[in-house]
Amino acid sequence: MRKMLAVGRKEFRQIARDRRSLMVLLFVPAFFLLLYGYALNFDVQNIQLAVHDSDRSQASRDLVNAFVESGYFRLAADVSSSREYEALIERGEVRAVLVIPSGLQRDLLTGHRVPVQVVINGDNSNTATTVMGYALSVLQTASAQYQAQVSTRSAPLVTVESRVWYNPQLRSALFLIPGLIAYIGMISSVVSTSLSVVREKERGTMEQVRMAPLGTGSYILGKTLPYFVISLATSVFIVLASMALFGLPMNGSWALLILALSLYLAGALGLGLMISTIAESQQVAFQLAVLASFLPTMMLSGFVFPIASMPAPIQAITLVVPARYFIVALRSIVLKGAELSAFWTELAALAVYAALMLTLASRRLARQWA
Amino acid sequence: MRKIWFVMWKEIIELRQDPRIFGIIFIAPVLQLAILGYAATTDVRNVPIVVVDVDRSSASQDLISRFTGSSIFQLVDVVSDAREVDRYLESGDAWMALSIPSNYGGDIAAGRSATLQVVADGSDASSTNIALGYATNLIAGYAREMMEQRRAAGAPATEAGSIEPRVRVWFNPALESRYFMLPGIFALLLLVVTSNLSSMAIVREREIGTLEQLNVTPLGRLELIIGKLLPYGLIGLIDVLIVLVVIVFWFEVPLRGSFWLLFGMSLIYLLTTLGLGLFTSTISHTQQQAMMTSTFFFLIPMMYLSGFVFPIENMPDSIQPITYLIPLRYFVVILRGIFLKGVGLETLWPQALALFGWGVAILTLAYMRSSKRLA
Repeated sequence: MRKMLAVGRKEFRQIARDRRSLMVLLFVPAFFLLLYGYALNFDVQNIQLAVHDSDRSQASRDLVNAFVESGYFRLAADVSSSREYEALIERGEVRAVLVIPSGLQRDLLTGHRVPVQVVINGDNSNTATTVMGYALSVLQTASAQYQAQVSTRSAPLVTVESRVWYNPQLRSALFLIPGLIAYIGMISSVVSTSLSVVREKERGTMEQVRMAPLGTGSYILGKTLPYFVISLATSVFIVLASMALFGLPMNGSWALLILALSLYLAGALGLGLMISTIAESQQVAFQLAVLASFLPTMMLSGFVFPIASMPAPIQAITLVVPARYFIVALRSIVLKGAELSAFWTELAALAVYAALMLTLASRRLARQWA
Repeated sequence: MRKIWFVMWKEIIELRQDPRIFGIIFIAPVLQLAILGYAATTDVRNVPIVVVDVDRSSASQDLISRFTGSSIFQLVDVVSDAREVDRYLESGDAWMALSIPSNYGGDIAAGRSATLQVVADGSDASSTNIALGYATNLIAGYAREMMEQRRAAGAPATEAGSIEPRVRVWFNPALESRYFMLPGIFALLLLVVTSNLSSMAIVREREIGTLEQLNVTPLGRLELIIGKLLPYGLIGLIDVLIVLVVIVFWFEVPLRGSFWLLFGMSLIYLLTTLGLGLFTSTISHTQQQAMMTSTFFFLIPMMYLSGFVFPIENMPDSIQPITYLIPLRYFVVILRGIFLKGVGLETLWPQALALFGWGVAILTLAYMRSSKRLA
């Protein structure tokens, strides 16, 4: 224990000497939150819509109005040929085109089903999926309203009333920000520790440490300790900032939040140290660290892409991504205010991950020292 | 020329110090591409749903079977008490709950309108949004079918027509998010490999103290820099080819535009990534600083502000101008243009020009800075 603290003190002093790195570790994460918290969202608004109306009737004008009044679409162009709107889509000036066939009003009055076409620019599939959802719902509502106006007997048999919990306005910021917190925590931790052991190897100071009466376990824990303190402080600060700036609610308990953060950060720091013991040069360590944390934390954690939709083998791979568990725990605590019983498995997984990484790092080091 | 060759050879020998480097440089990107390519799907499938069936009639069974029969929903449980929904949503075992009211079967049989309630967990807003749309569609289609059955059975016909939505999606008709994401992942992997490695190339010599020795050799500054960067340029080039092969032949992303244009643009992009690496090297004292600078100031902004995952058009107006500073932004537009839309330089020249300008600017800047640091 005393030895561990001694290593910790040494590491602390080293960090303090490199002012620039310390500043980066302390302040950049908060700055990131500010920048990306504002920048990132999937809320698609002001969709540029072109209308190709061949009917020019009351019914077609009503339909166009329904799109505009939905609040999602903005009327950008009124075209009179398919060539015109094709050019608009190709140049990216409109995202969607509403194509109303001639005879819409006549056919509606005679009780036909009239096909109305929506053309969507699919180059960004995320946005396109959302646009499609909006367009379908506008058309369905318009259709239902029309039927209700004409005849009460044709009111639909089943109607749906939907309610959304935890995030009633479906603001994407509320689910992206927990992911962003996880991301920033992961990257700062891995970046700060992944060079720490290999640097001593490269500079040749490792021999001196090896001679000291010190176990690899206390060496590894000592290396982790200062970064743990720094990253925990930064993370708590980031959570507070998210609440103040982005209206992230706090429906659960702070104690659980700190527990989840601590386990997660310990695992992330352990991953960095593990990489540091594997690599022979700082260059390799850097590369490994980036490959292990950068894209996986973003894409395999459920931060951006839903895990449930991934193919089974890929879902299995996500099991070793710690951010996956942390994001679930964080969303449960902060958004849902859930009890420990709802997410204890996630916390257990984080604890196992942290223990595993730190043990592996110390084992590898022991083998190298032997 | 021979001197450049020597520096290059020295750099390669040093790289080989850790033999795993080549696995990391060539195999890891492909592996990552493969995994992430499959993971990058925004399609919503297997949404766990819990049903509160208070009615327990054949009509309600029929409705539930619609949900179990669709690949989008996965029935977790059927319960009889609405209060149980809380537990399912809270633990995340179900994302959505469908409540069927107690007199549902009776109402339907009598031709009265019944209201179903759908409750969704909004903590993953974009999936929820899509899943809600699917649920509404599914129920609307079901209602229409029942209506038609009643009509066929002799119930009074409706006089009103209705609108039938037909959606066509261009450039990516099946809305494969893979087509959209893979070009971006390609660009990011290239950045990670080349700019990270080169960012440590010169600072490593400084940290170990061998830069002084290099300075007393009859080696020009330019020769040193070119010799240091060339190996990474070559590595990047090989990575471009390997990764492109995987994207086109394994993932079968359609390459609608010209391959050579794509290749040429990748070369210009490599200029900027190597330039960034070199620049990082000249402003850092230790490799740790180089890593932090590169990660925090180049990699992360590139990832988030390039439009690679998060659409730039969704960002607030105050942030959008910042994205013009991100070279990856231009390359992503170029890649998607060539891959998905099959357009050529006649459309992409502004982006190509911006990317080229960026590359030249950062290389010049790094070169100028290095004169102060190396001499």
